[in-house]
Amino acid sequence: MFDIKSFYEAKDVKDAIAALEREPKAQIISGGTDVLIRVREGKDAWCALVSIHNIKELKGVKLLDDGNLWIGAGTSFSHITNDPLIQKHIPMLGEAVDMVGGPQIRNTGTIGGNICNGATSADSASTMWTLEAIAVLEGPSGERQVPVCEFYTGPGRTVRERCEVCKGFIIPKTSFEGWTGQYIKYGKRKAMEIATLGCAVRVKLSEDKKRIADVRLGYGVAGPTPLRCRKAEEHLKGCQITDKEAIEAFGKLALTEVNPRSSWRASKEFRLQLIEELSKRALYQAIKRGGGELDA
Amino acid sequence: MLKIIHMKVNGIERELAVDERESLLDTLRLKLGLTSVKKGCEVGECGACTVLVDGEAIDSCIYMTIWADGKSVMTVEGLKGPNGELSPIQKAFIEEAAVQCGFCTPGLIMSAVEIVGTGKKYNREELKKLISGHLCRCTGYENILNAMERIVEEVYRASHKEAE
Amino acid sequence: MKIVGQEKTRVDAYGKVTGEAKYTADLEPKDIFHGRVIHSTIANGLVKRFDLEEALKVPGVVKIVTCFDVPDCQFPTAGHPWSVEEKHQDICDRKILNQRVRLYGDDIAAVVAENEVAAAQAARLVKVEYEEYEPIVTVEAAMKEGATPLHPDIRKDNVIVHSHMTMVRNDFTYEDGWKEAKETYGADQLVSVEAEYNTPRISHCHIELPVSWAYVDVNGKVTVVSSTQIPHIVRRCTAQALGIPVGKVRIVKPYIGGGFGNKQDVLYEPLNAFLSVSVGGRAVRLEISREETISGTRTRHAIKGFCKGLATKDGRILARKLNAYANNGGYASHGHAICANCGNVFKDLYQDQLGTEVDCWTVYTSSPTAGAMRAYGIPQAAWFAECLTDDLSYELNMDPCQFRLKNCMEEGFVDPSNGITFHTYGLKKCIEEGKKHIKWDEKWKAYQNQDGPVRRGVGMAIFCYKTGVHPISLETASVRMVLNQDGSIQLCMGATEIGQGADTVFSQMAAESTGISFDKVYIISTQDTDTTPFDTGAYASRQTYVSGMACKKCGERLREKILDYAAYMLNHDITDLSKTVYADVVREAGETIREALGISREEEITGDMLEIADSKILVKGGEPELFDVAVVADTAFYSLDRSIHITAEETNQCKDNTFSSGCCFVEIEIDMPLGLVTVKDIINVHDSGILINPKTAEAQVHGGMSMGLGYGLSEELLIDEKTGKPLNNNLLDYKIPTAMDTPELNVTFIQLEDPTGPYGNKSLGEPPAIPVAPAIRNAILHATGVHMNEVPMTAQRLIEKFKEKGYV
Repeated sequence: MFDIKSFYEAKDVKDAIAALEREPKAQIISGGTDVLIRVREGKDAWCALVSIHNIKELKGVKLLDDGNLWIGAGTSFSHITNDPLIQKHIPMLGEAVDMVGGPQIRNTGTIGGNICNGATSADSASTMWTLEAIAVLEGPSGERQVPVCEFYTGPGRTVRERCEVCKGFIIPKTSFEGWTGQYIKYGKRKAMEIATLGCAVRVKLSEDKKRIADVRLGYGVAGPTPLRCRKAEEHLKGCQITDKEAIEAFGKLALTEVNPRSSWRASKEFRLQLIEELSKRALYQAIKRGGGELDA
Repeated sequence: MLKIIHMKVNGIERELAVDERESLLDTLRLKLGLTSVKKGCEVGECGACTVLVDGEAIDSCIYMTIWADGKSVMTVEGLKGPNGELSPIQKAFIEEAAVQCGFCTPGLIMSAVEIVGTGKKYNREELKKLISGHLCRCTGYENILNAMERIVEEVYRASHKEAE
Repeated sequence: MKIVGQEKTRVDAYGKVTGEAKYTADLEPKDIFHGRVIHSTIANGLVKRFDLEEALKVPGVVKIVTCFDVPDCQFPTAGHPWSVEEKHQDICDRKILNQRVRLYGDDIAAVVAENEVAAAQAARLVKVEYEEYEPIVTVEAAMKEGATPLHPDIRKDNVIVHSHMTMVRNDFTYEDGWKEAKETYGADQLVSVEAEYNTPRISHCHIELPVSWAYVDVNGKVTVVSSTQIPHIVRRCTAQALGIPVGKVRIVKPYIGGGFGNKQDVLYEPLNAFLSVSVGGRAVRLEISREETISGTRTRHAIKGFCKGLATKDGRILARKLNAYANNGGYASHGHAICANCGNVFKDLYQDQLGTEVDCWTVYTSSPTAGAMRAYGIPQAAWFAECLTDDLSYELNMDPCQFRLKNCMEEGFVDPSNGITFHTYGLKKCIEEGKKHIKWDEKWKAYQNQDGPVRRGVGMAIFCYKTGVHPISLETASVRMVLNQDGSIQLCMGATEIGQGADTVFSQMAAESTGISFDKVYIISTQDTDTTPFDTGAYASRQTYVSGMACKKCGERLREKILDYAAYMLNHDITDLSKTVYADVVREAGETIREALGISREEEITGDMLEIADSKILVKGGEPELFDVAVVADTAFYSLDRSIHITAEETNQCKDNTFSSGCCFVEIEIDMPLGLVTVKDIINVHDSGILINPKTAEAQVHGGMSMGLGYGLSEELLIDEKTGKPLNNNLLDYKIPTAMDTPELNVTFIQLEDPTGPYGNKSLGEPPAIPVAPAIRNAILHATGVHMNEVPMTAQRLIEKFKEKGYV
C-alpha cells in the first residue's frame, strides 16, 4: 500500500488536466516506475497522483501525414522497441529504450515519463536529442510544442508546467531519412542499471558513403541535463569517414562541451574518459550502419 | 477509498473492492492469497513479484491494482493443469535443477511464460537479456538458462511441427 | 542400495515451482499488526529524548516503543552455539533498541500500527533529540588515539580482539625470517613483496527479506515465525534479549528465500517478540525493507590486509606476514571469529619454509555491522594470500601455477593450532583439472607481452576450507525419524534448508541409512523449536557433515528397530500373529529365511540376520526378499500383542574436522579504454569429498561462483565517511550480477572419500564463493601487468590504474 493522499485515474488528456487543476499539488503518474519509487522512499509521500496510465490516445507510434513520426508519450519502452515503424525508421531509439532497467520495467515504463522526469541519465534522452524530437504538451491553456533539446532546465527539471500533460513526440522526417545512429549505454552492469554515461551518435553519410554529410552527438550524464556537442559535430561535418584525425578530434572536442561531475557513482575523470572513447565507438557503429566502409 | 474493479485472475473473473493505494502485489497476496507473488525489494529491481498483465511481465510491486481493472492477470498459481499437472516450464525448472531457495522462481517462471509465449527461438545470450529483470543469488542463472533454453526449444519445435 | 550419490530431484522443487511452498510472510494471519523500526539519523551519539506526540496522532497507530522501554538485557546475536564457559560466550553488546547510537540507522524505537501506511507515517513523525559524537567510520579512525569507544562497558577502546598467530614456530616473526633468509641464501637470492590488499563491505542479497511475525500463543509462549538459518539459536538469544527462560520462547522457521550467513545471526526476532508482548500478545509482523536489510542487518567484513612475502629466486616461499584489520561496524555480532578465521587460512594455504606471522584486529566502527557471510572471512583470506602469491611469482617471473604447486599446503596437512586435518587431499588434482580446462600452459605463454587496447589473460586462485567449527566451537546435531503405518518415515532434522538443498541430501541419507525407499522419506522442512530436535543450524558448511552424520546414525538406529520387530514377527508367526492379515506372508517368510540360513524352527531369528533395501525386509546378504517394511510398520502400530511406535532419535556430537579445497581458473578479456573486464571462460574445481547429490552440488557451486564474480567486479556497500550514511543500500545501486553479467559457469569435482564424513563428504556450501575474485585479479595482472589490489575491480579503478601506467 502506497502512502499517497489521493489517486485519480484519468479517462483522457482533458480529464487529466482538469484533475491536475483541481488538486493543487497533484502530480502525474504514467508507468509508475519512478513516481512510485519516490513515494515509497518518502520523498513524495502523501502526494496526490493523477494517473494517465491507461489513456489510449497517449499510446502507440504512427507515421503522420507530413512523413514525420509520432510517438505517444504513454507508449511503453517495449512497445517502442517492438514497433515496426521504429524498427524501420529509428532502430536506434528502439535499442536505446531496450536498455532501460529490465524487461518488466520496459513493459511498464513509458517514453513520456523517461523524458518528463528530467533525468540526465534517461536512456531515451540522448537519442531524442540527436533526433531533434519535439515534445507536444497540452495544458489548461492549450497545446504547445517544445524541442526536446530545449525541454530541460536542470537536473530533474523541465519546461513542462505541472498541469501540462506530455502527449507525445514528433520525430522530424529530416532527422531519420538518410540517417543512422548508435546509442551506447555504459553502466556498471549490463542490465538493471542507470547509465554511468550514455552516448548517442547519428550520422548522415554522403551519397557515395565516403563522407560524413551531417552528424549529431548527444550525451546523458555528461552534465546536469542531457546535452549535444555542437562544436564536435560542426568539426566533423564534411570529413571523410576514414579521417582518423578528425574522428580523434571529434572525441576531444566533445570533452570541451561537457560538464560531468564526480559523485560516489563515478568520478568526473572516469566519465571524461568514457565521453571521449564512446563518442568514437558510437560514431564508428553509426557509420557502419549507414553503409560506410571503414577499413580495419 | 475503496473502488470496485474487475479483473480476470488466472482465468477467473473477479470483482474486487480495492483501496486505490494498493499495489497489485498487495492485492494478489493479501486479498487473493496468491502468495507465489514474492516481495523482495518493492522498487522493481529484483523481479520476485513478476506477474503477467495482459500477457506482459510486470513488477507487481510498482503496479497499481487500479490499472489492472478490466485486464487479465496471471501468476504461477494459474499454470497447473486441471488435474494438478505441471506446465512444461515448471517441469523444466525442476528437471534442470533451476530451483534453490525458490524465492525468485515464481517470478522467473512468469517471465518464461511470456518469453515462451512468443513462440520465437532465442539463443542463450538473448535469453539472458530476457530474464535480466530478475535477480537470483543462488543459481548464477546457469540452470535457469538451461531450463529456459530447453523449453524455448521444445515449444519452438512443437509449434513448427504443427505448422507442417 | 546407493541413494547417496544419485542426482535426485530436490524434494522441495515441486512446492517452489508451483508457489505452494510457504515462506514466512505467506503464513501471516489476517488482521496482523505492522511493526516498523525507527532508525537513528546520526551515526554516533546518544538518544536524549523522543517527542512522540505527532506520531501517536496518526490514525491506526497502536503503540510506539523506544529504547527507554525495552528490557535492560544485553544480548549477543551471533549464530554460534552458546558456551557454558564464560570466556567463550559471544559478546553481549546490544539491547533490543539502543539509546547509545553506534551506526547510522541504529534501531532506537519502533512503531506498531494497524496498517503499514500508518506505521510509515508515524515513523516519519517521531522526533528525536540526540547528543551527537563524531562518526568513526573507518578502522583508522576507530583505532586512533582518543577515539570515542563505542562500547565502553565492554571494551576500553574499539578493538574487539587482537590475535596473533604463527606457523613453524611460536615466536616466529617476519623480521627474523628476513634475517635468517639473508644468512642462509644471501640477499641477492631473495625476492620480496609488500602490499596492501583491500576487500570491501558487501551485502548478502538473499532475495527474501528478513521477515518475521510474532505472537504470544495461548500457552503463553512467545512465538516468532522467522526467516532464519538458526531457529534454535534465535530461540536462546530471544530469551536472553527479553530476559525470559528459553522454554517460554518458540521459533518457527518455514521455507526461506536464502540467507548466505545474514540469517545466521539473530536479526529482528527479539524486537518482533517484544513488539508483540508490548501489544498484549497480538500478532505483529516485522518486515525489514531492502534498504534496511543492506545497511542495517549484517554485511561481509571489509578487511584491510597488509601483506609481506619472501621467496627464494628458485621459487620457494620462505616467509609471509599478514596484518589484517577487520571493520566490524557498530556491534560485535560474530566478533573476532571471522577475522581470526581469515588469518588461519592465510597461514595454512602455503608452506612457508621459515615461518608465517599473522596479526588480526577486529574493530568496532560507527558503520554497518559485519557478521557471517558465505565463507566466513575466507574470501578475504584468499584475496590476501592469492594476490600475494601472484605478486611473488610475478616478481620471480615464474608461472604462478607452477609456483603454487611447489608451495601450497600438502597432503596430510594438520593445522598445528587447532588440529584440523586434510584427511583426503584433492587440492593438486583440482589444480591439474582447472589447468587442463583453461589450457593454462598454452595461454600462459600466448598472452605474454601483448600490446593494444584489448588484451587477454589467464589467472587462478586456490583455497582450503574447514568443515564445520570443531574444535573452535561445539558441533552438535540431532535428528528424529518416525515410522508410519505404511512403512514410510518422517525425517525431522534440526538442521535447516535455506535453499542449499539440505532437505534433499538428508532425505537421500535417510533412505540410504534406513533402507526405506527415497520416495517414502518425508522430510519435515519446517523447524519448530517446540518439536524439532536441537541443531545449531545452517552455517560453516557443516550440515551435510555434522547433521548428516546424525542422520546416518539415526537411520541406522531406526533400521535396527525395524529389523528387531521384523525378527520378532518371524519368531512369533504361528502363535501370536496367526490372526493378522499378514499371517500367511510372515509364515512363508519365516520358512524362507530358515531355509536360506539353514536354521531350525527352534532357533531364534535376530535382527542382524536381516536387512532393508528399497523398503523390503531381506535376508542379510541381499536375498531372498521376505516382506515389505509396511508389513512391519502396520503390525508394530496395531498389534494387540506388542504395539510399539518405532522411532529413533540421535545426537551427533562431532569431534572431527577436515579440509576441503579447490581452485578457480579464469580467462578474461580486457577492453582497456573502457575498463571492461569480460570473463571468457571460468571453472571452479572442488575437492569436497563424495557428493551426496552431484546435480544440486553443481548448482550450489554456480551460485557461489556468481557471488565471487560480483565480489570481484561490482559489489561494494559504500558508506559516507563523514556522516556514516550508506550511499547505495538498494538493489539498483548495489550491483549483484544479473544474468547478462554472468558467463557460462563450469564446475568439476574431484571426489575422494573422506573417512570422517558420513558418506565421504566434506564442506561444499561456502567454498565456491572464495577463489573467483583473486583468480580474475590475477588474470588482469597477466593481461596487463597491472596489480589490482583492491576489490571490486571496477572499471573506474581499472582506468585509474591504466592511466597511471599510460595505457589509456
